[in-house]
Amino acid sequence: MLRSEQKPFEEILGYLEGENMVFILGCDGCAQASQTGGLPQVLEMKGRLEREGKKITGYKVVDFLCQKALVASALRPLEDRVMESDSVLVLCCGVGIQTSAAMILKPVHPGCNTINLGGSRGEWRGSERCMECGDCLLDYTGGICPLAACSKGLRNGACGGASNGRCEVSPEKPCGWELIYARLKETGRLDMLKKFVPPKAWNKMRPTPEMLSTSVWALEQGDGSIQEGIE
Amino acid sequence: MSLREALDSGRFAITTEVGPLKGTDTSEILEVAEILSGKVDGVNVTDQQSAVMRLGSLATCAILVEKGLDPVFQITCRDRNRIALQSDLLSASVLGIKSVLVISGDFPTLGDHIDAKDVYDLDSEQLIWTINRMNEGYDLAGNELQGKTDLLIGAVVKPVSDTEESFELQLAMMEKKISVGARFFQTQAVYDVDAFEQFMRRAEQFRVPVLAGVIPLKSAGMARYMNKNVSGVFVPESMIADMAKAKDKTAKGLQVTARLINDLKDLCRGIHMMAIGWEKKVPEILELANLA
Repeated sequence: MLRSEQKPFEEILGYLEGENMVFILGCDGCAQASQTGGLPQVLEMKGRLEREGKKITGYKVVDFLCQKALVASALRPLEDRVMESDSVLVLCCGVGIQTSAAMILKPVHPGCNTINLGGSRGEWRGSERCMECGDCLLDYTGGICPLAACSKGLRNGACGGASNGRCEVSPEKPCGWELIYARLKETGRLDMLKKFVPPKAWNKMRPTPEMLSTSVWALEQGDGSIQEGIE
Repeated sequence: MSLREALDSGRFAITTEVGPLKGTDTSEILEVAEILSGKVDGVNVTDQQSAVMRLGSLATCAILVEKGLDPVFQITCRDRNRIALQSDLLSASVLGIKSVLVISGDFPTLGDHIDAKDVYDLDSEQLIWTINRMNEGYDLAGNELQGKTDLLIGAVVKPVSDTEESFELQLAMMEKKISVGARFFQTQAVYDVDAFEQFMRRAEQFRVPVLAGVIPLKSAGMARYMNKNVSGVFVPESMIADMAKAKDKTAKGLQVTARLINDLKDLCRGIHMMAIGWEKKVPEILELANLA
């Protein structure tokens, strides 16, 4: 699983500046287990944003937001409400934020940071990759992770080495920043390219011993039954 | 002659570059320094160009200072973290280096130590921001410096692109680099003057000096190679044909380059000549272009 934590509320409010109609997406997979994006957290976020004067156009907690197919089938009945919104706030890991951004033609804001577990195990992943950097940048980059999509992991823009949209380092893949440009253009957010992303706190990318200890940390936080052997 | 003075006075600026060799032999650099002395405003020293390990840019810049030239310390984000980068910038300052050019740097797999760990702790914009802070007397972490730097900060831009995305990204990043402290730009090599003019029409609004990159053509083969392999380099077919049919390739190459410089001259604030082996011919090219 991927472990996430909610971003500070002030940071989320900053992302939503100038936007009134917000749709909230949660995930009943790892985010539910992390208690960052399950139904209780989505409802709590709805209440907090409403107290700040935002109109919540709707919300949905999807089983496995990391799966594009599930995102699409879960949101289709709610399409009108999603599309009347100014933006979508996603309470999930970096993978779910990126699949949402890939499936929804609206600005998508990250509501969580993904914490590094020292390597991920065993989820079904699509093409989206989350580097578990602990300080999600997806708001700057249209929901495409620059650490994962750019070979050099550059945060402020392309290196200039691409040819015909292909990466100079690995020509078999597209230039991540050209993808980011296209996405920002598509969602009317090209101004984000002018925002300076300050130096990153890489120490947030180092897993704590607690995170390294097990991949089923969230389950172990429950009644402990998973630790019991079979006698 | 100094780069800062040229840019401040509005005089047409001329910079060129030298690439240190792999090893401790500096005789070639010294010879080139002698020839360039008094002929150019600044001399860039490349930093492990193409990710090939060589003598350092910092040490070579210090040699050029000693020889009376104004070096531009090229510094990439590829090999050093923020601690080493800032320390080298302090070192550059005490060694009399006045200008720095920030680049992200070719990826290690393109060079001769393909197993090296790439760093990119800071990207170009973040490094420019950091140097600007050091000029104000603080390090990246906000600690006060005992003696601040006074470095003229340069950055790079690729004026001609093969996709709309790349072209627009270059302009957006140019604007961002200026917003965090870049004070001049040197460009990727330009051959297509019309395309460069289109770029300058958009870039002019930023009011920051742009020095157009010029790589002298040595042969039609070289032009074709660059068209195929170097991002942002587009040599027009007519220029390649011109080179192909020339009997004296060297004379033709110098002549084509001088003409190119003349065509670019009115569009920008200077040129940056990357001679790639023809460093000693730079004064001759400048004479042909009436810039000597």
